[in-house]
Amino acid sequence: MWTWLHKFASPPHAYRLLGRLAPWFGWPALALILLATWWGLVRAPADYQQGDAFRILYVHAPSAWMSMFIYVVMAVAAGIGLIWRIKLAHAAAAASAAVGASFTFLALATGSIWGKPMWGTWWVWDARLTSELILLFLYFGYMALRASFDDPQRADRASAVLAIVGVINVPIIHYSVEWWTTLHQPASVTKLDKPSIAIEMLYPLFIMIVGFQLYYGWLLCRRLRAEILRRERNATWLKEGL
Amino acid sequence: MDLQSFFNMGGYAEFVWSAYGLTAVVLVANWVAARRREAEELASARRRTQQLKESRT
Repeated sequence: MWTWLHKFASPPHAYRLLGRLAPWFGWPALALILLATWWGLVRAPADYQQGDAFRILYVHAPSAWMSMFIYVVMAVAAGIGLIWRIKLAHAAAAASAAVGASFTFLALATGSIWGKPMWGTWWVWDARLTSELILLFLYFGYMALRASFDDPQRADRASAVLAIVGVINVPIIHYSVEWWTTLHQPASVTKLDKPSIAIEMLYPLFIMIVGFQLYYGWLLCRRLRAEILRRERNATWLKEGL
Repeated sequence: MDLQSFFNMGGYAEFVWSAYGLTAVVLVANWVAARRREAEELASARRRTQQLKESRT
């Protein structure tokens, strides 16, 4: 098991494996995202309350899900890197940050676009929106902290601590609508969170989530390869293999 | 369903299309950024290897 793990985590092996894996993520991701887009925009019936505006759900909710999922992956990878000193785990955390930040931005922006016609405002300082905004700043903080070190190992350790501490924000985002519903959360959104939504309206949502998930897999393969190349610039396998 | 009402999105056209358009932009930007990053790292690794070979000879 350990020898297998070490072989797997060895940079030349991981580099080649990621290259082979990438298309297995990329093509299904593309197919599922296109399918879910068509389903969500064309096939799914309009909501009886929100009309066609509810279709924003199909890009908003998967983005929000990814923003939290990627953060947890980043924190777990950073934790593995800290505890077992696996450089590849640190590299995976570093490769995830920009992708996670982009999905967080997307969740906030599409939520805002959805909020305007439904709530009458682009933004309110309610618990869900604020905690999601904090998530975006956590990603930015993580990237800024990494960039402030020249030595990748010190960057790994410092940024890992930030990533792990920041993970506390993820359950706060998730439960914010339950803990603080009475304050600001308008009925139109809590209604969608409850199973009052028809099951056939959920299919495109699940397909989109799986599509985004696979797309993240592809992005991680590509970015991790770049990360390995950068970190292994003095390694012999790289000099001989190119 | 006719094309007109599809693009109209029940009066929510600007919201629905801007949300989907923005999503498309972010997804494509991620693709471009990941590809470019990998290509740059590969090019710089190749350059270093080339330099090392030349310095040896």
